Amino acid sequence: MTTTTYAVLSEGLCKRYGDVHALSGLDLAVPEGTVCGVLGPNGAGKTTAVRVLTTLTSPDSGSARVAGRDVVRDPAGVRERIAVTGQYASVDGDLTGAENLRLFAGLLRAPRSRADELLERFGLAEAAGRPARTYSGGMRRRLDLAASLIVPPSVLFLDEPTTGLDPHSRNGIWDAVRGLASQGTTVLLTTQYLEEADRLADEVVLVDGGRAAHRGTPAELKARIGSYAEVVVAEPARLEAAAAVLDRLTGSLPALDAERRTVGAVTTDPTLTLPRLVREIDAAGVPILDASLRPPTLDEVFLRLTDRKELAA
Amino acid sequence: MSSLVHDGTAILGRHLLRIRHAPAITVMTQTMPIVFLLFFGYVFGGALAMPGADYRAFLVPGMLVATAANGVMTGMFQAAQDTHRGVTDRLRTMPVSRAAVPLGQALADLVTSTVGMVPVLLVGLAMGWRIEGTAVEALGALGLLVLFRFAATWVGILLGLASESEEAAGQLGSATFMLPLLSNAYIPTDGMPGWLRTVAEWNPISAVTTAVRDLFGNAPVPADGAWPVTHPVAGALLWSLALIALCAPAAVRRYARG
Repeated sequence: MTTTTYAVLSEGLCKRYGDVHALSGLDLAVPEGTVCGVLGPNGAGKTTAVRVLTTLTSPDSGSARVAGRDVVRDPAGVRERIAVTGQYASVDGDLTGAENLRLFAGLLRAPRSRADELLERFGLAEAAGRPARTYSGGMRRRLDLAASLIVPPSVLFLDEPTTGLDPHSRNGIWDAVRGLASQGTTVLLTTQYLEEADRLADEVVLVDGGRAAHRGTPAELKARIGSYAEVVVAEPARLEAAAAVLDRLTGSLPALDAERRTVGAVTTDPTLTLPRLVREIDAAGVPILDASLRPPTLDEVFLRLTDRKELAA
Repeated sequence: MSSLVHDGTAILGRHLLRIRHAPAITVMTQTMPIVFLLFFGYVFGGALAMPGADYRAFLVPGMLVATAANGVMTGMFQAAQDTHRGVTDRLRTMPVSRAAVPLGQALADLVTSTVGMVPVLLVGLAMGWRIEGTAVEALGALGLLVLFRFAATWVGILLGLASESEEAAGQLGSATFMLPLLSNAYIPTDGMPGWLRTVAEWNPISAVTTAVRDLFGNAPVPADGAWPVTHPVAGALLWSLALIALCAPAAVRRYARG
């Protein structure tokens, strides 16, 4: 038997800004060496959670330990063991990439050669002499990430690490995060991209209203809400009729997409199979072009579990 | 303590590097006092009651002090930029001495502003201003200028760290150019209405200006007026030290707390 050691452990974290309850009792438990994806719409409390866990803000109540240190009682101890990359913790745009990394290496008492090593590793050697503000979005994020790895942290916080990046740059960051995780670094990442959490995270926490609304592996969360039944109708006018059938079969509110002529609904009924779905739609006299019954995407899980009509992007 | 020195030196180096990368901004802020000196000295100076050459000798110390007061603006700009562009927050998540970050910024400013005084002094000499007192007194004047600059920078750092946004800091910072207008830096306070004269004489800039004029031997200490102006060296020291004692710890606390 081994006992799980948690790299991040928070209980009942609360933080209020005036009348806004940014965190209302957030519990997190991230086992060492795993990647935890914190998902949620804007205003859910993701950023406040990271700010509290990285000692940037102190909580009003509740407690949190990061890398075994209490964020309120021993913030200096936490800082020695973490690194943060994100929308607010950034490098100096007026310094070159090399100067930025050398500055941080100097502050952390790491050898200057560490800066060159990381520039090489993140494909920034050529741009090392240019001010960071001239970098593309992807290069800037890579530099941010490199700055976080000068002294390899026990826990790495990534706050929306790929927001606004093109798919190619996003893949680059994802590869880097996977590499770190495989070497045993604990990673806590916040994101609005469910695909990102799906690809990287061992466990996903859905944060809503300042607390952890749901948690589980991506597969568990998907299983929790069942499958997603979707049909494409031949005639737009029959969309409502198809929706009525799905409503009756699944018992959940169908989502209509007039543009794609699709209607879909979540189902937990194990007797609802694809042949039965097709038969029932056919019996209702609705011509369809396509039908599918598949595990939901994390987007669908998210909308369903947080009871939102759409993602507040 | 050793981490304060180590981290402060690293942050100082960072700010000096920034200046090396964007010399235009520094050159511009250092050129403004010279432009003002020429404007006030030759355009407005002729219209003042004081004879032109005397006014220019009166003006140069005032301009040096007004330039030192610009530390409020530059300190605020830099601190607000770092705060709102995420640099401050990254440093705050690192095991870096809390006091080192604002202190490094203040010291870097001290280096550049001290170097920046040289061209103003040279133009002043060319305009007919002279050091009339002893070398020791002149060194005392320069020391007061540096000390007051340091105080002004801490005021700026505190305001910049507390700023709502970079734009807000920019607007407030630009408004600080009015501070020397409400002092005896450019014109004597005798001609002001009573209440305004009191306000102007309690402006820290007035005490420092009077002290610098006195130490350079350019103008005697006024016989009457508010205490800081009639006791200018003590007034200038007290004002500067009080501002540092008040604002430096507050800025460090503000930085540490976020």
